[in-house]
Amino acid sequence: MRESNLIQETWALVKKEVLIELRMKYAVSGMILYLVSSIFLGYITFSLGKASLNVPTWNVLFWVIMLFVATNSTAKSFVQESKGLLLYYYSIASPLSIILSKIIFNCMLMLFLMVFGFVIYSLLLGNIVADIPLFLLNLCVGAIGFSCTFTMISSIASKASNSGTLMAILGFPIIIPMLLLLIKISKFAIEGLDRSTVYDELTLLLAIIIIAISTSIILFPYLWRSN
Amino acid sequence: MGLTLQNNWWKIIGILLIYYVLIFGLIIDVPRLDILNETIRNLFFHVAIWFAMFIMLIVSVIHAIKYLKTSSLKHDIIASEFATMGIVFGLMGIATGSIWARFTWGGWWVNDPKLNATTIALLIYLAYFVLRSSIEDSHQKGRISSVYNIFAFAAAIPLIFILPRLTDSLHPGNGGNPGFSAYDLDSDLRKVFYPAVIGWTLLGVWLATLRIRIKNLSVKAEEFHQIDS
Repeated sequence: MRESNLIQETWALVKKEVLIELRMKYAVSGMILYLVSSIFLGYITFSLGKASLNVPTWNVLFWVIMLFVATNSTAKSFVQESKGLLLYYYSIASPLSIILSKIIFNCMLMLFLMVFGFVIYSLLLGNIVADIPLFLLNLCVGAIGFSCTFTMISSIASKASNSGTLMAILGFPIIIPMLLLLIKISKFAIEGLDRSTVYDELTLLLAIIIIAISTSIILFPYLWRSN
Repeated sequence: MGLTLQNNWWKIIGILLIYYVLIFGLIIDVPRLDILNETIRNLFFHVAIWFAMFIMLIVSVIHAIKYLKTSSLKHDIIASEFATMGIVFGLMGIATGSIWARFTWGGWWVNDPKLNATTIALLIYLAYFVLRSSIEDSHQKGRISSVYNIFAFAAAIPLIFILPRLTDSLHPGNGGNPGFSAYDLDSDLRKVFYPAVIGWTLLGVWLATLRIRIKNLSVKAEEFHQIDS
């Protein structure tokens, strides 16, 4: 009974997030523009006409852009919501379903932005990926990892003043290990090595994501009370 | 209370152990090894200080959890002061490690996963203090910073141990390098190393308790001021 309640509540909240996003398009379109302009910035500043970037530069630039997109798009989930609105959510839903719905919604958003970003990025800076399915799988795992971590960081940062800066300084050190693993896997994907070489990294990455989700679920109710 | 032997024996033991490490760390026979030579004595300072740092950070996380359970400000003060000591030990570890790196690897700072990982740990705990200073209300500060403390510890610290083992590192015990146990055939190093870990930890706990007492007093003084005005 209680479990089905939780699922229903979470589902309703996710649906609400998507509806708001679809009605007020400025959020998604803003992020898309952010993505395109930062990729274009990379294209212009590397002054790429014919030659393509070498593998490490291509790889790292891609993930750094994705990192900034992730911080900015997930910051919205708590930092940019008004105090009154949050209070209203808290009075109608359980903290568990709120954090789950935010994580699920951010996952969907990041997944969309990352795949879209990959398309634009490979159009402008050249596609050098040999093993595209593995790269896409890595993108999905990355989107989930980024959104899980940053959703929680966003809820922490939203409670303090100057939350824009806090979002970066709290989030970046925590995300570095995950980012390193993602870059490593995507390097394997770009070079098209045998897939069995990445299993270690992939399992480690999944383990971090599971830790991030479970700690978020355990800790979020305490943050909720502090409102 | 007071300066009785009952309450302070561990402080005396800590100081004695550190003196023991300072003296015997320099005079015992150490294995003669290529490149390392006499710098192997830094094991008693560099490695032991890292151990002490992680003990400080673990105490900090435990008190953060206790704060969330009890919401008594006492635990929040303990958590933040042990985190401070963790940062101090981390900086000392970086300083001693940097000297060691200069004489064995040839540079004050090398791009090594373990170095990067500890830098990440320091960044996390510095961010923790920025977070604390940006919240006014002390209960809110306690709750939010405890949540960050636990979250950061759970999400990043285990990796700091795992990641260097996956990639190549110049450190002993990583990337095919033998660990120190391989060098230490007659266990002479251990006789100083374990006391060193205990000594540095006790010193850290002592410093932390001093700071906790100062904090508690200043909290009390503030309360008096509020009653006065």
